[in-house]
Parts: sequence; C-alpha cells; structure tokens
Amino acid sequence: MATGTAAWLPFARAAAIGWMPVASCPMPLAPRDNSKKKDELIMLNVSGRRFQTWRTTLDRYPDTLLGSSEKDFFYNEEAKEYFFDRDPDVFRSILNFYRTGKLHYPRQECISAYDEELTFFGIIPEIIGDCCYEEYKDRKRENLERLQDDQEDNKDMKLPNMTIRETMWRAFENPHTSTMALVFYYVTGFFIAISVITNVVETVPCGATPHHKNMPCGERYTVAFFCMDTACVMIFTVEYLLRLFAAPSRYRFMRSVMSIIDVVAILPYYIGLVMSNNEDVSGAFVTLRVFRVFRIFKFSRHSQGLRILGYTLKSCASELGFLLFSLTMAIIIFATVMFYAEKGSSSSKFTSIPASFWYTIVTMTTLGYGDMVPKTIAGKIFGSICSLSGVLVIALPVPVIVSNFSRIYHQNQRADKRRAQKVQKTRQARIRIAKSGSANAFLASKHHGLLNELLELTGTEEDEQKLIRNTSLLESQHHHLLHCLEKTTAHEFVDEHMFEQNCLEEALQSYPSRSPSVSSQGSCTICCCGSRRHPDPRVPRGPLQELSALHIQSSQLAVHPSSRSNLNLRAEDGSRVNCKGGQVTTAIISLPSPPSLAPHREGRHHPHHPTTTTISNVFRVKVQLLEKMLLK
Amino acid sequence: MLSVIWETEGLQTVGIVLLVFASIKLLHMLGLISFSEDSIEDELELSTVRHRPEGLEQLEAQTRFSRKELQILYRGFKNECPSGVVNEDTFKEIYAQFFPQGDASTYAHFLFNAFDTDHNGSLSFEDFVMGLSILLRGTVQEKLNWAFNLYDINKDGYITKEEMLDIMKAIYDMMGKCTYPVLKEETPRQHVEVFFQKMDKNKDGVVTIDEFIDCCQNDENIMRSMHIFENVL
Repeated sequence: MATGTAAWLPFARAAAIGWMPVASCPMPLAPRDNSKKKDELIMLNVSGRRFQTWRTTLDRYPDTLLGSSEKDFFYNEEAKEYFFDRDPDVFRSILNFYRTGKLHYPRQECISAYDEELTFFGIIPEIIGDCCYEEYKDRKRENLERLQDDQEDNKDMKLPNMTIRETMWRAFENPHTSTMALVFYYVTGFFIAISVITNVVETVPCGATPHHKNMPCGERYTVAFFCMDTACVMIFTVEYLLRLFAAPSRYRFMRSVMSIIDVVAILPYYIGLVMSNNEDVSGAFVTLRVFRVFRIFKFSRHSQGLRILGYTLKSCASELGFLLFSLTMAIIIFATVMFYAEKGSSSSKFTSIPASFWYTIVTMTTLGYGDMVPKTIAGKIFGSICSLSGVLVIALPVPVIVSNFSRIYHQNQRADKRRAQKVQKTRQARIRIAKSGSANAFLASKHHGLLNELLELTGTEEDEQKLIRNTSLLESQHHHLLHCLEKTTAHEFVDEHMFEQNCLEEALQSYPSRSPSVSSQGSCTICCCGSRRHPDPRVPRGPLQELSALHIQSSQLAVHPSSRSNLNLRAEDGSRVNCKGGQVTTAIISLPSPPSLAPHREGRHHPHHPTTTTISNVFRVKVQLLEKMLLK
Repeated sequence: MLSVIWETEGLQTVGIVLLVFASIKLLHMLGLISFSEDSIEDELELSTVRHRPEGLEQLEAQTRFSRKELQILYRGFKNECPSGVVNEDTFKEIYAQFFPQGDASTYAHFLFNAFDTDHNGSLSFEDFVMGLSILLRGTVQEKLNWAFNLYDINKDGYITKEEMLDIMKAIYDMMGKCTYPVLKEETPRQHVEVFFQKMDKNKDGVVTIDEFIDCCQNDENIMRSMHIFENVL
C-alpha cells in the first residue's frame, strides 16, 4: 500500500461487516494470519548510531528495503541487530518516513548523497512531501546544469555519417562548427545591418536640389535604394529557403517564432512588387513598409542576450500583466479625480476624462511634459498624490523582471524549463503509478491467486512452487477486503484495458449469433450465488460451474466436444459457434473438474474467484459467469 | 466673489476627499490593505483541538479488548492522527486509500456517522475502539444492531427504501467505473428491491430492527459471513 494506513486496515476490514447483510454473494475466506508473533522492537545499527523502531512500523512499506525481507541480508547474528554501513544523518529522514509517512529533504545535505541513500533504501524520490519537494527539485536542477556544462565541451564533436541536411542544420544552429557556417553567419548579419540602415537612411532629408524641394533620400535615389533592398531580400529569401530545407521537422520550423519573423521581414517586398503599379492601394503599401523594421529582430539569432530578453519578457508575463493592470486602474482613478477637481476652473485643459488620461500617464511615469497642468488647489493636491503613487506602482514589478532576466541570462535555462515541465508531469505520473500499483496489485494478485488454485486443482508440484506468493500479509488482507466488496455488489474490478474491451464488445454484439455473454450479463446479479447450483451429472462439470469464452484470433478452434451438446441445450439463446476461421469467435470451454470437489458441497466456500486461465498466448481469455446453462 | 470661488472649490474638494476615504475604507474592508498588525493574526486559526482518551483500565473495562491490543490500536491511531481525533475529511481520505478505483467518500460519510455515536463531528479514540469492539468481539446480535444503525441514516429506527438506496449507491460508488460486468444505473435500485423483498416481512415499505435481525438470523450466508473478521486483530 502506498501510504501508512496500515493502522487503519483492521478498522476498514471490521467496517466491512456493514456490507454483509446486503451482499448478493457469499464472502470469501479471510487470509490466515499465521504470524502470531508479538510486535517487537527492531534494532538498526547505522554506522554505529543505533535506531530502534517497531517491526510493524517498517512493515508499512513492503516495497522498500527495510520493509521487505531484503533487510535480512544485513542481519548481524551476534549482535542481533541489522547493520547498515551508510550515512546515519540521512538515515534519520529515511526512518522518519516510515514513522510519519512523509519524506523530508534536509537542506544541508548534498543532493547526490541524498539521492544515493534513497536509491539504496529503495524509496522513490517522488514521494518527498510537498513542503520539501521544491527545494529538492531546484537543487537537483542546479546539479544537472553543472553536469551539463561539463558535457557541453564534448558536444561539438562531429558525428560521422551525417546527411547534407543534418550538416546544414547543424551549421545553421551552431555557427562555430565550421568555417562555412561562420561565413554564412557573418554575411547574413552584415546584410541585416545593411537592410536596417537602408530603411533608416531613406527617410532622411537629403538636401534640396534645384528642381525638387527638400525630400528624403529614398525618393531621390530611388534606384539605388531599390537595388539594395532587392539584394537584401534575395539573401534573406535564400537563407529562409535553405533553413526550411535543412530543418528536421519542417512543420515545427515553420511554426517557430524566428521563421515567422523571417517571413514577415521579406513579405512586404514581394507584396510591393506585385502591387507597385496600383495607385489605390499605395496607402496600404506604405504601411507595409513599416513591417520592414521587423528585420531588426533577425538579429536575435545572432545575439544570445536578445533571445534571453525576449524569453524573460515572456516568462515574466504575469508580472507585466500585473503592472499593466495596476497602472490602468490607477490611471482611471486619478483621471477621474483630476477631471472633477479641475472641472470648476475656467480654460481648463481637462475637458473630459479620456483627456485626463494623458495627464495621468505623463505624471505617473514622472515624465511631466507640462502641456496639461492643474490649476485648482484640489487638482494640485491630487496631482502630487498621482505622481507619488506612480513611482510606487511602476517600481514594484520592475525588480522582479530584472532579477528574472539576470537569472536566466546567467544560467541560460530555456531548455531546462521545458525539461522541468516534463519532469513535473512524470513526477505526478510516477506517484500515480505507485498509488495505482495497489489497484493493479489487486488485479494481478487475483490472476496469481487463480493460477495458484488451478495448479492446486491439477496438482502439479513444481508449478506450485514457482508461484511463491510474496505478497505480504497486509497486502493479502487488503485484497481480501476488496474481494468482499466485489462479492457484495456482484461486480468485479477490472483494469481499464479490459473495461474498454468490454464496452467495445457490448457494442459489437448486435449480430444474430449472440454470444452467451449477453444473456448471462442480465442475470449476473443472481448468478453467482451458490444456492442455485444444480450440477448436471451428465456433463463433466464440477461446482466450478463457470463459463469461459475464448476470443480466438487465430483460425484454430478449441471447442470441447462435450460443450457442443450444451450449446444445443441452450438453443433458445441462439448462440452459434462461428466456424469460419480467422474471425473473432466465441467458443465455450469447460474447465476440468477434479473429482474431489463433489457437487453437493455447496456449503464449502473455497475462495473461488472467477477463473482466469491462460491457455496459450494466442487466445485472449474472457471469463463470464454461467448460470442458465446449469439450471437445466 | 472670492468667497463664491472658495465655496464651490471647497465643496468639490470636500466631496472628492470623502470619496477617496470611502474607497480606502472599502479596500480595507475587502482585506486588500490593512492598517494594524493584529488583523493579520486573526486569520491564523490555531487548531488546538487535542484529545486525550480515558485511561487504559477504563477502556479495558468498556471494551472487549485486552490491554496489549488496546496499546497496539492506540499507537496506530495516534500515529495517524497526532491530535487524537479524526474529523470527517481526514476519515474520508483514509478510507479512500483502501479503494483506489472508486469513490469512497459517500460511504465513508455514512460510516463516520455510524462510528461517531455522540455525534460531535469527530471520531475520538473511544468511539473508534468501541466500534471495533462491537464489530470484532461482539455477539451476532450486536453486530446486526450496528449494521442496522449504519443503514438507518436518520436514526429513526426504520430503514426506508430511500435510505437503503443511498447506502447502496455509496457502496457501488466504491467499485468505480471499471467493473465487470458494467455497472448500470438501475443496478443499485434492483439490489435494494431484492433486499427489501427479503427483509420486509409485513410489506409496509420499511424495515424495522426486529425484521432485520430475524431475517438475518435465518439467512445462513449472512450468519457465516459475520464471523469472517473475527481474527482481524
């Protein structure tokens, strides 16, 4: 069981008496508690420091070293204690885990030493309680980064047998891998700079000429600027196409931010080419030229710091959002107040509340242009309050953003954050698996238990010894409890896979050859009660009285000859064995009944679960309870 | 002239100042800002509910457990609940851990009410151990009494069909979704019908304690299953 609820198991089992009067089926027998030894103190000697605890405390977690029989390897006969040659300080937290059910991570311990101890004692780190888990994960991440920094020097080794595509992609992503890549890197950087400078310069007034008034350079030297623009766009287009070709996942590349920036940078030029003769849309054309400034973002490929700044802003989105929201609130409040304060004064610039917004923003950011100034006393009072509060409101989130930026810049953690998100999911998944292990353990032990009984029935000694049950007493008692619940409600626990199969099969059972499953499901609530058993002496069936339907996926049919006669008896169900090979068919197989279990011993309740037999790996066995067949 | 200007301006100022103070008071009431240090501490609710059970001898006299058994029980109980009492939420959590596939909270609620004989909303060690004593060491009559008490949700001495339906649904909820055969909507209801057919002798729609005990004593299966858990401790 996952947590220390071992103390409550007797209580839960006792409370199961509440199900007895409403149970539809008789209850299984309880597992016998053979160990009648009293609860004793165990001495644990860890490198000289002695710890003592009750045996039952350690038994709470049977899948760890101390809870299982693995600790017998460490038993010291002469001193009658268990000796572990490990760190006694860390052992304190491990033993506390058994006592309280919560695993804590002591802050002064080294993370790798702690991990090693946990692995030694068989405890998964995901169980660490929420109080200490953040600290644990942070330390673990730092450790990983340190290891990674050591490894990065080896990363640039060229792998043999890379295709042209892979070589090109590596060249694009890491420019210092080869000379060609470096040349390409600098050439594109140069052209980005040229393009940006061109865009800027073409708006500068170039000086008057005799026949034109003062006009910007772009209109004076149209041809030259056009040629420069064309050259840059050609380079950018070639670069984009090469990247698209080399990308390992083209779809992901096209969705990435950098490629969108590339496209936006070169698109205005092509659109301009197409539309250049149309005078009506020249206004829109002019607007498009604004987008050329996006070329400057292409520099972010060349600058690590720029990328990190962009990433910081993205990760500080919540702080920025808070800043924006609080500013908006303050602006509206102060603008309203200022408007009403200044309403009385004549020739006031505060003509409406939206007009006061401008004053408020300028004041709160301490710009103070001076184009709007309050004249009334109330206005001045509130204006000063406004500027003071502006300083506070803006100053609050800024240190958070700054510290975020410096942290990210220094540790370069973008990939680690992505990995950390995956780790969070795997942590939950692992804990869920460990917890659901108890559910699956019940189902697994059911199969185990059935196999055990089947072997008991068929009486092969060697096979019995193979299935040594190593479930602890606690587990077997828990399974008995779940089994009682099954018997109370006359329904079984199945795992999700089987459940979905059942649902599918119920949907499939619409054609005329109805399998027996449909008929028996309707009457299942009364089918398992022993009092209705009337075994047919003609048919070699014992009180097992169960029907197994095999879904056969191969063309073999393993139909027992005697069961065919039973099929005839059940003619009203309309079940037919479909003899076409290769399809899914249902066949009825009766289990061999041992002569020792006489049919009349209905009173003896062996813990007969519905039997699951695996006859071969080809067949998938579906077990159903049969009732009508034996009422004949 | 000046006095008129002062009047209008002054009125405006006063009005605005009143508005500002009102908004500050509103924020203070909403708890967004606080002026004094003590208001924060009101929120720290120190739960000093701690319960110490009666002495070992008294419990030994009242229940059918031996001293050693009481010791083991108390150690386990105190380990799980250091404060000495279990409230309903903790109880539901603990009980839910035994039934990972379904939802045990409704049944745990009924169980809690059955154990909490003094109805004070929390289970102390005495309640726990008294209940266990009946269930594990009591006579069949006492066990059946306890079961009747569990089913009778409003403790009026009669089990109605609605009460039984609630209990039945709670039990079926514990099975969860992935069962074989698939749980249908009317399965609990059918189960209740079967139960009432068996138990309700005079067909008046309710089951009294005498009908219940009579019927159970005549049913072999139920009698036999009452003895399953005798060696739990």
